[in-house]
Amino acid sequence: MGTFRTQGQRSVSANAQIITIQYSQQMRSVCLYFQVHQPLRLRTYRFFEIGAYHNYYDDYQNRFILRRIAEKCYLPMNKLLRELFKEYGTAFKVSFSISGIALEQFRMYAPEVLKSFQKLAKTGNVEFLAETYSHSLSSLISKTEFMAQVNAHRDLVRQYFKQEPVTFRNTELIYSDGIGEMAAEMGFKAVLAEGAKHVLGWKSPNYLYVNAINPKLKVLLRNYQLSDDIAFRFSNRGWPEWPLTAEKYVDWLNQADPKQEVINLFMDYETFGEHQWAETGIFEFMRSLPARVFSHSDFSFHTPSELAEKMQPVSAIHIPDPISWADEERDLTAWLGNDLQDDAFDNLYSMEEMVRKSTDPEILKDWQFIQSSDHFYYMCTKWFSDGDVHQYFNPYGSPYEAYINYMNILSDFRLRLERGVKPGESPAFRDIKRETKLLTEKTVKKIATNSRAKKRKKPAAKTKPEMKGKKRGRPLA
Amino acid sequence: MFGWEFPPHISGGLGTACFGLTKGLAKHQVNIRFVVPKAYGDENQESVRLVNASDVTVNMKDSVYKEYWKRIEYMEIGSNIIPYVSPEEFSRILSQQELTKIAKDSRVFSNRFDFSGAYGQNLMEEVSRYALVASALATSNDFDLIHAHDWLTYPAGIAAKYVSGKPLVIHVHATEFDRSGENVNKPVYDIERKGMEEADMIIAVSNFTRNTVIEKYGIPENKVVTVHNAVEPTEKKKISGTSHVPEKIVTFLGRITFQKGPDYFVEAARLILERDSNVRFVMAGSGDLLEKMIRRTAQLRIGHKFHFTGFLRGADVDRMLAMSDVFVMPSVSEPFGIVPLEAMRSNVPVVISKQSGVSEILQHALKVDFWDIHGMADAIYGFLQYGGAQKMFNRYGKDEVENLKWEHSGLKVKEVYQQMLR
Repeated sequence: MGTFRTQGQRSVSANAQIITIQYSQQMRSVCLYFQVHQPLRLRTYRFFEIGAYHNYYDDYQNRFILRRIAEKCYLPMNKLLRELFKEYGTAFKVSFSISGIALEQFRMYAPEVLKSFQKLAKTGNVEFLAETYSHSLSSLISKTEFMAQVNAHRDLVRQYFKQEPVTFRNTELIYSDGIGEMAAEMGFKAVLAEGAKHVLGWKSPNYLYVNAINPKLKVLLRNYQLSDDIAFRFSNRGWPEWPLTAEKYVDWLNQADPKQEVINLFMDYETFGEHQWAETGIFEFMRSLPARVFSHSDFSFHTPSELAEKMQPVSAIHIPDPISWADEERDLTAWLGNDLQDDAFDNLYSMEEMVRKSTDPEILKDWQFIQSSDHFYYMCTKWFSDGDVHQYFNPYGSPYEAYINYMNILSDFRLRLERGVKPGESPAFRDIKRETKLLTEKTVKKIATNSRAKKRKKPAAKTKPEMKGKKRGRPLA
Repeated sequence: MFGWEFPPHISGGLGTACFGLTKGLAKHQVNIRFVVPKAYGDENQESVRLVNASDVTVNMKDSVYKEYWKRIEYMEIGSNIIPYVSPEEFSRILSQQELTKIAKDSRVFSNRFDFSGAYGQNLMEEVSRYALVASALATSNDFDLIHAHDWLTYPAGIAAKYVSGKPLVIHVHATEFDRSGENVNKPVYDIERKGMEEADMIIAVSNFTRNTVIEKYGIPENKVVTVHNAVEPTEKKKISGTSHVPEKIVTFLGRITFQKGPDYFVEAARLILERDSNVRFVMAGSGDLLEKMIRRTAQLRIGHKFHFTGFLRGADVDRMLAMSDVFVMPSVSEPFGIVPLEAMRSNVPVVISKQSGVSEILQHALKVDFWDIHGMADAIYGFLQYGGAQKMFNRYGKDEVENLKWEHSGLKVKEVYQQMLR
């Protein structure tokens, strides 16, 4: 936590000093936040494997894609950030959230990427946010599962990056008043959300807000216009503003009403080098952006927790129904809402209770991985009409295929749960049962030996011959 | 427009497609004169004027026809060249043809030709004479454009083009490669290629067929456009088929020939039955592979769950579809494939091969490669087992099919016409 509070005391360059002064007078900030996530793709899992094979993941694809993105995006962009930090010191800052599933894959397939993020963490210019470990939709269905996942992720951040996360961002920026309340309950100071037009109305995303239920929790809203100029439109030659330069972009920042205090630029980290290829000039753009901001604007860079600490919130923001940063609708329809998605979702979470009783590390690991929101994204039928974005990210030929494959895996997972743990049977209970069983067997043996001794003394049973006679006698009679 | 058949006298998809297309074109103010080898008088003529080739008088002294008669080769073929007829049907037709053949042969050069309009041994003869009639019609009638459906009418189309100088569109519903695999019938292939070369524009019923035309017949890409077939809207009559067995029913319906991939269906059935005995499989149709399929199911010991119905027609087809839970079309090569659409119209989810033209236009269907029996089994199992897929299909499947209107296809064909008349 301490790492974020040192800002403003150290001066690294002339530019940074000017910023520090302005900081106290008029606070105008740019907040850069990057989401890092890579789905753990499922392999083609046939129904006849149910009950027999329990490996669900397409290791080859996952490794191949992760390595590709590491080469094209994570490694070069991390290097660029390190250089920028060296040049501008603490004046330039960014924030990240890296999903547990992505971290897990870095560990498995690209340890050098994990190391390079750890190096970034050491600079003190980076804030790491907490999210759900599985990049899941658990916030929409189970508070218990949700909190367990956030805690698991928080532990990972502590372990890998030696930071205590104080800002929360939910999967795909899914946010509602209720989700915010849960985050506040877990001790988070701030949360990120989409600056969706339909919830903001006349309000601007360029201020700090607070959660409608618990005003202690600050809410930072994404400026989707300026964020998407980089994330989606940057390389679009059909866009009138193409090519986008740092000069032009900083002009746009300056056009914001002087009273507006913060511009939140939230985007996928894969924007740099993967969604926008290096050839588009995206790296050059990012390299020149901080210098231009320092020389031609009164903006400075801050992380979410700094903003939450220093800024005065303008009001509460009411978001009763969940919103997200996906698609035009900014709602949940990319993951939930059609029959395929809803059926799969209900099926998945109907197993939550059973999973909770399990201690099998394999089961608990798979439970995390199959909850990833990506699996539901692949079942989306919206791309039938539009959405090249969906198709680009989809390993399946159709939503039906995605659904059937996923359901096969769920069937196997359920079977494993049922075989492993019978309802109401905890591991402790199983031990007791085993002991009881042993004890009973001993007792039975004892009784048996005793009764055998008695039997010898007893005359042969009288009833037996009678029974036989009856049975045989009937057909005769 | 030259076609070989027209409802209700049809042996399969060709006549139905022609009828649908004429209706679709009529919606866009296109007047059509449809020439069939033999008109019976009870055809639906609401959108077209049907011309009976058998009624056309041909004056053999006219040099034009003689000129054409010289150009076309007389060919006799003896193999199964029929696109949409069951083999039993074929042999039945064949024997009928044999009886009438002698009578007809003597009349080749008479003034009027009596066409059978069927598919038989002396088909080539009829095709040639039909072409002759076409040239007669082309001189005595006024029209803007010639449109010929499938190879049987290509010579007629070419003849009409020679005589009138009007542009020729040929419509490829199937090619010899779909009917015979790689063992193509040379004379038929030659007629097809000649037709494609002579044509000013070619319409294929799917991208799948379009590729065949380009790759196997060496036709330049810019000459071939795809216009997908459509389906007639549901008729009011509702055929109810209720299953009397507790098991779910998975159906294959079509000719049991190499082209339709029945063997892959049997293998997929085996995979499913190993896992789930609560399913029955039905193979409806007949064909040269029927016996082999029966032997295979016996060998696999799945005969108690695998049933053969023989060739079904009319209401039996509807009833069979109505009692099915999943319909499978594992075709190895299918220019279009209309049966899945009929199944979907009866609210039956379908699993179709990616090697079918219809897979290009369907979204609410599961598509697999015909050889991928594991994928096929999985898709079938998924529809049977998981409610979400069923529900989703029930919500959108039928609508999707009913939006495939001939009106839309008609418009596309009209655009092709306009492009040529410009």
